[in-house]
Amino acid sequence: MNLGSIDPILLLASLMVAATPILLAAIGELVVERSGVLNLGVEGMMISGSVLGFVAAIATGNAWVGFFVAALGGAGMALIFGILTQFFLSNQVATGLALTLFGLGLASLLGQGYLGVKAPSFPDWHIPLLGDIPVIGPIVFQHDPMVYVGLIIVAGVWWFLNKSRAGLVLRAVGENHEAAHALGYHVVRTRLLAIMFGGACAGLGGAYLSIVRVPTYADGLTAGAGWIALAIVVFASWKPLRLLLGAYLFGGVTVLQLNLQAAMLSLLDILSAILFISAVLVILIGAIKLRTVTKKMMLWALGLLIAAVLIYFYAAMGWPFNETLWLSSSPYIATIFVLVIMASGGAPGSLGKTFHASR
Amino acid sequence: MLTLEKRPQPSQFWSYAAPLVAVVLTMIAGAALFASLGTPPIEALSKIFWEPLFGEFNFFYLPQLLVKGAPLVAIALGLSLGFKAGIWNIGAEGQYIIGALCGAAVGLAFYPMESRWLIFPLMLIAGALGGFAWAMIPGILRVKFNTNEILVSLMLVYVAEQLLASMALGLMKNPEGMGFPGSRNLSQYASSSSWIDQGYGMHWGVVIALIAVIFAYILFSKHILGFQIKLAGQAPRAAAFSGVNPARLVLFCLGTSGALAGLAGLTEVSGPAGLVSIDFNVGYGFTAIIVAFLGRLNPIGILFAGALMALTYIGGDVAQSSLGLPGAAIQVFQGMLLFFLLAVDVLTNYRVRIKQGAVA
Repeated sequence: MNLGSIDPILLLASLMVAATPILLAAIGELVVERSGVLNLGVEGMMISGSVLGFVAAIATGNAWVGFFVAALGGAGMALIFGILTQFFLSNQVATGLALTLFGLGLASLLGQGYLGVKAPSFPDWHIPLLGDIPVIGPIVFQHDPMVYVGLIIVAGVWWFLNKSRAGLVLRAVGENHEAAHALGYHVVRTRLLAIMFGGACAGLGGAYLSIVRVPTYADGLTAGAGWIALAIVVFASWKPLRLLLGAYLFGGVTVLQLNLQAAMLSLLDILSAILFISAVLVILIGAIKLRTVTKKMMLWALGLLIAAVLIYFYAAMGWPFNETLWLSSSPYIATIFVLVIMASGGAPGSLGKTFHASR
Repeated sequence: MLTLEKRPQPSQFWSYAAPLVAVVLTMIAGAALFASLGTPPIEALSKIFWEPLFGEFNFFYLPQLLVKGAPLVAIALGLSLGFKAGIWNIGAEGQYIIGALCGAAVGLAFYPMESRWLIFPLMLIAGALGGFAWAMIPGILRVKFNTNEILVSLMLVYVAEQLLASMALGLMKNPEGMGFPGSRNLSQYASSSSWIDQGYGMHWGVVIALIAVIFAYILFSKHILGFQIKLAGQAPRAAAFSGVNPARLVLFCLGTSGALAGLAGLTEVSGPAGLVSIDFNVGYGFTAIIVAFLGRLNPIGILFAGALMALTYIGGDVAQSSLGLPGAAIQVFQGMLLFFLLAVDVLTNYRVRIKQGAVA
């Protein structure tokens, strides 16, 4: 065990960077889903954005141009999806899958000549004054501009959905498209715009991966980030601010996973510690917030405690355990856990349903 | 102004014609794509669709049609069960990998014992169970916690890929492989080989795919379960009132598709692929989604769609070696096929009408 090699400030700082691509893709998909459309093509749009942005950035030597082109490309891909689902009334699940398969193919076709090429530099901003604050400065205020662009988009989406008239229309369309149509709102137009916004955000997220995070192009670069973004929208119950929390949690898992691999920390020990803490938390939260400890909570806490002890025992006995395998699978397994815990309520009423104005 | 009017019944004509129209449109769009890549388009199309079937070397390519078509058909059949009922298993690639790993583990455990009639059937069972178990994870989570099976099954593909990498480089690595990654060669070990006749491309995966087609056909035309699956997809409320148990349906559809994908994976790894290596899986689990839709979720249709998709794989290889067409172009081509199919499909359920005046 070598805890000392993990620098908490560096860890938190890289968490923000790791979360940004998922955050960008997820906030776009959140708007799309709030308008009642389920676009499963996020992964395809993301990887297309990553290659288009990369190619444009290399060609011009300017990362900003890359991001712009990636957003355009993502929106263009999304438009295919929009036309198929809104005008040709195709099944949204099938069309989204088609978009992903198509995007993966397109990306590996376009990216052929660029494998292993290095992206143009995209320097970090050292925000004056704020960046000089000890501890908080390096964590929050010394990143590249796209990190802040992502945060601004999240804030903008929050304002749009909750405070603006157009956002209200979008939500109405998503909750009940028949009623919105009857009130005279343009269901199809609203959805097309939302779909294209979602595509542009996914494209940005993809380009962030290839231009800043990696920073080179490789086949299958997104490695499921688009799908994790979809899961985060569910985790967030379709609310922008919870989405921010979700994306940072996942960024945390990703960064921690990489750091643990490097630090040779025992995953089993950490897991048993987490389970132990959650057992305590269950009782504490119950006692403080609900002022009572129910039987169900006792059972949960007991279960968590037993699991913690068993895992600790397993680790203490030195039985075989493949650290690398479990660590590199952890973002995906964490996603599944999150989906299980958060699987309920909050979905827009018309999500995934085809709208056909018969009158 | 063009408007769409819902048909009272889906059009019989268009449900057959839509896939054919989609294939033709994809060929046209594909020709444009190939031309933009600097490949002569007509020549590329003939290399893809004509050369493997009727060309000079078709004796070499025709067996490949069975090899590539069998896993696609087997997986797509399983997927079609769920797709009909609105249960979206898109993690077949993961179930395929896990099936292959479980089956290969049995085969490797018995090495070098010689007993064809014990070991290979055991491998088949292990492969089916492996795929089944992997598909049960999203199934049980959906039934117990109402978790989205699309995302869970997909996440498990990435976990399966990690597991495959760790197995191929670790536990299952060939001890006599001189450090090369990958397991012992299962197809050369008589007791575990899935080949029946390599010269004709016949292996047990082909047999399984054909049996599955027959079973699926009977299921949908004669059995109550097939009716319930269709009912649950088209009218969930009616299905609930008529006593369909949705949980059982989810588990059945996911379990069957997982088992079929597992079998496809096992027969691939012990035959055409030969050994467990990091990249023995080539994405059949995802391409099978296209096959299932192109075959209209119908067993016989899937058989034809699987053959066509296998042809694009083989023809793509031919075009790659003779014309230098990039391999990824075929992937784009396959993706376009699904787009066009979904677009043309609107004509199955809707009629296009020309309407006077503006539409509100």
